[in-house]
Amino acid sequence: MSSHRHRVTPLRALKGLVLLGFAVFCVVPLVWLLLAPTKTDAELVSGATMSFGSFDQLAAAARHLMDYNDGVLVQWAWNSVLYAVGSLVLSVGSSVLAGYALAVTHLPGRRLLLVLTLVGMLVPPTALVLPLFLEINAVQLTNTALSVILPAAFYPFGTYLAFIYFSTSMPVELLEAGRLDGLSEAGLFWHVARPLATPLMGLLAFFSFVANWNNYFLPYVMLSEEAKYNLPVGLGAVISGTPALNPANGGSFLPITRPEVALAGLIIVLPIAVVFVFCQRYLVRGILSGATKG
Amino acid sequence: MSSRRRGTWTGLLFVLPYIVLLVAFGLGPAAYAVYTSFVVSAPTGDALGLDNYAATLGDFRFWPAAANVALFLAIWLPIMVVGVLALALLLHDRPSRFSGVMRLVYFLPGAVTGSAGILLWYCMLEPSISPFGPALRAMGFERGSDVFADSNLVLIFAGIAFITGAGQWIVIMYGAMQNIPEDVLEAAALDGAGPIRTAIFVKLPLVSKYVLYMVILSLAAGLQLFVEPQLIYGITKTAGSPWWSLNQFGYALAFQTGNFGGAATISLILLVLSCVAAMLFITRTDFFSTEVDR
Repeated sequence: MSSHRHRVTPLRALKGLVLLGFAVFCVVPLVWLLLAPTKTDAELVSGATMSFGSFDQLAAAARHLMDYNDGVLVQWAWNSVLYAVGSLVLSVGSSVLAGYALAVTHLPGRRLLLVLTLVGMLVPPTALVLPLFLEINAVQLTNTALSVILPAAFYPFGTYLAFIYFSTSMPVELLEAGRLDGLSEAGLFWHVARPLATPLMGLLAFFSFVANWNNYFLPYVMLSEEAKYNLPVGLGAVISGTPALNPANGGSFLPITRPEVALAGLIIVLPIAVVFVFCQRYLVRGILSGATKG
Repeated sequence: MSSRRRGTWTGLLFVLPYIVLLVAFGLGPAAYAVYTSFVVSAPTGDALGLDNYAATLGDFRFWPAAANVALFLAIWLPIMVVGVLALALLLHDRPSRFSGVMRLVYFLPGAVTGSAGILLWYCMLEPSISPFGPALRAMGFERGSDVFADSNLVLIFAGIAFITGAGQWIVIMYGAMQNIPEDVLEAAALDGAGPIRTAIFVKLPLVSKYVLYMVILSLAAGLQLFVEPQLIYGITKTAGSPWWSLNQFGYALAFQTGNFGGAATISLILLVLSCVAAMLFITRTDFFSTEVDR
């Protein structure tokens, strides 16, 4: 049996080759992104593509990036945190409360609300960005933090996940016992349901944070002032507004070249990627639990 | 009875924040876009009723943009279905530590999305700095402008979307295959089915609804294509245009010519397509449920 396991047949070799081949396409670009900020722009072109430059060069790239427009990058990072955390608090709070109520009480219009939630879950948020701009513009809130935070607080995915979670893993007996102990309905949620839902809230918080941290289209459309950008929109402005990535489009007096831009990309990606690697299992379970029947 | 009524009132209070968000940032913008599309005139004349629709559909930029998006979907969706299923089946054929590592590796590119993703993949496709430079040159691409030619854009966007999106779906399909009962697979083996026949006739039918889920979500997301063509045009100034995709066209209408009515019509066309796909999926499959058996 074990000799069978280790026999290398042409078919098995081909299979391994396909799997490893795709892995190369996944890993090489990420390693390149890690290495790029350690080199000068000239070294990126002339040197070995997958080599390490020097820490001095990395520090220089960081300095150039910090000097860009009087340190606007720090402002963008701060905005990113503010927008993502603001939306996170509102979205997780509202969706956990709603999911709980939909699961344990008999509300009028409950089915309609759930169907609307499902539609909201399947329609990508980008589909509503231009209509949202028209609406927010009509109430004159564009170019404010609220114009980015509030629309992203609508979180149908979270509400549906919370509904499924409370429906399937919240013992009815616990609620009954709580009622007998004289807890109010709000007290039941706070003292019985909320502690049980801690893993759910962690999952929803992560999903919400990642989506909003990476959000491009909504802030791009809502925000007109550079100082209000988040990191992805700021990076987008740098790579499409300067010849940094495409020196063929003319020279620049700015020391913002490809290593600096790569470093900016890393700053956006690293916080997410680290959590991504550690939470992969939970993330997948979260996506899967959208379906009630495995 | 009185406790149930009390529960209903508290329940309503609990869903209220979510309903407010749903109305303000889900239904509201959609309704306002309908209003805008019928009532708000283009700055050039008095467009009312269906005039905005006629003007948008008759615009020289509309059909090329629609064709670009349709071609992108026609290439990307089959690649997703075949690629994701093939890789997941190969990984599931013989679960091992190797297959676990591969699943994590395939997941990683998904962390680099939006503007950071475009930055990364632009560099990967620029022969002078890309680690894949020799391969690109072997295929006849000497300079970045050879790669970023109009005729290649659809393929480039489909490739990027596949590499960044495949990982999470591979993990999901793999998870779904793990749920296939052991005795079903044993019965197939007893019947003399080899790994390939088992994959095609046993595993595939059992994960088909996850494939449908992936297709619906990908279709809805792909219709909204915006960041990729917008930034690639911004970087190269030659590949694509500011109205290469439908969402770009809508954005250009709103922000270059102040034609909000026209922008609203584009958004609504995309929104209706997404909603129809979502409703079909919700009503024709048992993937989601609004009633959960306790």
